[in-house]
Amino acid sequence: MKRFFGFVKKEFYHIFRDVRTMLILFGIPIAQLLLFGTVIKNDIKDAEIAIYDQSKDEVTQEITAKLLSSGYFILDRNLESINDIEAIFKKGKVKEVIVFESNFGRLLEKEGKANVQIIADASDPNMGKLLANYTTGILNDYITKKMGEMKVPLQIKPEVRMFYNEELESVYLFVPGIMAMILMLISAMMTSISITREKELGTMEILLVSPLKPVQIILGKVAPYLGLSIINAFVIILIGNLVFGVPIVGSTILLMAETILFIMMALCLGIMISTAAKTQMVAMFISLIALMLPTILLSGFIFPVENMPMALQWLSSIMPPRWFIVILKNIMLKGTGLLYVWKETLILLAMTSVFTIVAVKKFKTRLE
Amino acid sequence: MKDELLKTETVTETNNKVIQVKNLVKKFGSFVANKSLTFDVYRGEIFGFLGANGAGKTTAMRILCGLSSPTSGEITVGGYDIYKETEKIKKNIGYMSQKFSLYEDMTVSENIRFYGGIYGLSISKRKEREAEMLAKLKMDEVKNKLISSLPLGWKQKLAFSVAMLHDPQIVFLDEPTGGVDPVTRRQFWDLIYEAAANGKTIFVTTHYMDEAEYCDRVTIMVDGRIDALDTPDKLKKQFNAQNMDEVFLKLARGVS
Amino acid sequence: MRTILYILQKEFIQIFRNKTMLPMIFMVPLIQMLILVFAATYDLKNVDIFLVDKNLSETSRELVSHFEGSPFFNIYDASFDLAKAENSLKSDDADLIMLIPENFESDLIRDDEVGLQLLVNAIDGNKAQLIFSYVQGILSSYNKKVIAEWKGLAEFNPPLQIKAKISYWFNSELDYKWYMAPGILAILVTIIGMFLCGMNLVREKEIGTIEQLNVTPIQKYQFIVGKLIPFLVIALFDLAFGLLLAKIAFNLPIAGSLALLFGFGTLYLVGVLGLGLFISTVADTQQQVMFVSFFFMMIFILMGGIFTPVDSMPDWAQTLDRVNPIYYFMKIMRNVVMKGSGFTDLIEEFVSLIVIGLVFLSLSIWRYRKTS
Repeated sequence: MKRFFGFVKKEFYHIFRDVRTMLILFGIPIAQLLLFGTVIKNDIKDAEIAIYDQSKDEVTQEITAKLLSSGYFILDRNLESINDIEAIFKKGKVKEVIVFESNFGRLLEKEGKANVQIIADASDPNMGKLLANYTTGILNDYITKKMGEMKVPLQIKPEVRMFYNEELESVYLFVPGIMAMILMLISAMMTSISITREKELGTMEILLVSPLKPVQIILGKVAPYLGLSIINAFVIILIGNLVFGVPIVGSTILLMAETILFIMMALCLGIMISTAAKTQMVAMFISLIALMLPTILLSGFIFPVENMPMALQWLSSIMPPRWFIVILKNIMLKGTGLLYVWKETLILLAMTSVFTIVAVKKFKTRLE
Repeated sequence: MKDELLKTETVTETNNKVIQVKNLVKKFGSFVANKSLTFDVYRGEIFGFLGANGAGKTTAMRILCGLSSPTSGEITVGGYDIYKETEKIKKNIGYMSQKFSLYEDMTVSENIRFYGGIYGLSISKRKEREAEMLAKLKMDEVKNKLISSLPLGWKQKLAFSVAMLHDPQIVFLDEPTGGVDPVTRRQFWDLIYEAAANGKTIFVTTHYMDEAEYCDRVTIMVDGRIDALDTPDKLKKQFNAQNMDEVFLKLARGVS
Repeated sequence: MRTILYILQKEFIQIFRNKTMLPMIFMVPLIQMLILVFAATYDLKNVDIFLVDKNLSETSRELVSHFEGSPFFNIYDASFDLAKAENSLKSDDADLIMLIPENFESDLIRDDEVGLQLLVNAIDGNKAQLIFSYVQGILSSYNKKVIAEWKGLAEFNPPLQIKAKISYWFNSELDYKWYMAPGILAILVTIIGMFLCGMNLVREKEIGTIEQLNVTPIQKYQFIVGKLIPFLVIALFDLAFGLLLAKIAFNLPIAGSLALLFGFGTLYLVGVLGLGLFISTVADTQQQVMFVSFFFMMIFILMGGIFTPVDSMPDWAQTLDRVNPIYYFMKIMRNVVMKGSGFTDLIEEFVSLIVIGLVFLSLSIWRYRKTS
């Protein structure tokens, strides 16, 4: 046992002595969280539009002013011809063109009806759709105000309350995702690489002939990363809370316990990868290709899982971060207890044990 | 007349000095790896660099090869200044490092083709050298085998031959026989003798004291200093020792 | 020049001999693209409603059936128990609670106006907003219908209306796959190129073969270029395969010139591979290279506008994006592939990529030391 602690100590020294590694392990996650917390947003702001106003009357100018003061749009230019639209879209800057028909104001006044054409650049379909939605929203708003006293009979008006995130901040959605991603990658990637490194450089053999048991060797290699990841998790939650104002409505203890469970799971995954990979390059590739993109795309970090095709929803359920993100959202934002996340917790536990069993089996067969 | 003769002698001597080192110092931070080394190496000799691990042998050799820059000192290799003409030096030297340096995932032939290529050998010249070399090493039938499949001794001999592929004046060998069996070691030294006989200068580091006996002249380094430099016979006489092992032990003890 | 050819020959021999890496280099990225492209959609399909109908009148039932008839909404459960409703929100079973007040029908008749309470799970703000706009759409069509019926009209038209005709250009079906395929392909190509290239160089350091190269008269630029080209070629191959696959599998329209796309691709890759090489000239171990490259990758990817629009980012981030090669390549990929933009449309991107490429490449040549 004493020998084991000696070994763990050595591993700690290895990592903590090297300033560069330390900087990487602490600086990077924090920098990423700060950066992504402020940068990753999917709401519309300052989208560049062009307007082709064939009427140029009071009404169109009022509508234009209303559009531009909404905060969603800024005017890139006024167009003079319908033929310019394609060229301007090809430049890539302008995302939407609004075309008012001629005599717009007069038609609206005389006939109560006027036409406007909204042309969205749908090469980004999400953006295109949102922009068109916002534009029609503003047009409707204008009309409703204009009708003013003309009372429209029989209205059912929606009274909406946004739960858990009243200001509709995208940070609320992304902080749990970023946290899951960073922990996953640091824990799984770093352990897999550090163990494979010993294999590649031949030093693993030396450790294996030492009186340490294989299990102890692995535990010793993993221990520092466990410590590191826990500290990282603390820091991330703290920054999320203090800098971005993401609340922790639920129990902090439960949150920590779940986080440690997730870290353990990721470490076991890392060990499992390292038993399969012969070189660091392979370990890196598995961790990166198999973990990074799926973690971003399939976990519900950016794109909601329930929108995906059935087959992908199945695939996403073997992605550990998916469950962790649900747990984080529940505890941090909704303030629910274990009662609402026991299923996800069990899944993470099951994953941890599967990874451990596979790793131990692989490790043993290699030794024999 | 006598003066004239003396003068020619000194001239030939300078011409024959392929490596000149004067007051070479190398520091890593506050640690001094080489404490003012001064020595010359003559054309065609086997010059041995002896010392315990960490005595500063490899550091000095890496500086001579241009892999590391000295902190101070005047050094020429093959007549070229080490500070200004590093790339010219590189055309004239061969180097075999402690770490095995052929590509394990390429065949013998592919390695030869690659190194021949970067040294700018013409294709016909390279093929000629390759055939010659494989015949001498009796490795003709393994030329399409991966390096990783060869025994260590073969790899070492091959690495040595590859280091001489471009016909350098001087060959630097950093502990070339580490980890190989005595028979292969003997064969390896035969290769070294042959190269020296062909006019190559061999600069070799080792910590095997019996190998020191094979050298024309030997330098013994202790703690970054040169403690002795002479032919093995003279050293044994000077220290009143039976073999080089004893010389080394006496020197090392004298210091500590 | 001959020297570079020899280095290239050596690198290719090594790459193609590595039977573990080869499938990873070519197969894995393509499979990933095929799968992951389907994941990236904001399209709302099923919004689950928990209904609390305290009115249970004909009007309220009709309203509910209006929601049920919409392809977006689905009544998940109904109950009078508000606590139960809130639980369904907590457990993620329902996306919103629709609360119809007790006097719904009578208030509507008496006041001509009545409120409908909606409690939306807004953790995903974007989704919440979409839900809200769908609800509004359904309500306004319902309103019109009710007015027409109650007033005995065939159709009700408000006194003033602006008819908006919306057209979606370049992707009229709003197919997400067309949008994501070029983006994901760009990421994969970048990962393959940058990581393989950087790790390859530092691996020679770790094994020690780099020393042997450093005592040869090989020139610094020859070495760097020799290391760069193989991975550039591989990455371009991946790009070609990927585009072909996207064309076959998703029917991705390739509107612009392929030559232009690959020309830009080459420029872009020289930049990111140069960065990868620069990192590896500074680092000592593959682990370090990996982690630092990973850091840059993450930033480049998430700020590059692949998943979230660059326009929504704060101004300083948009300024920072001026040095982000992925930002430019992303734009080029999408504009050339989907809109058929030509060279003259992308001059700014062209100049920026050239500058970025030159900077990173010169940095790596400068930082590569034959003598330590």
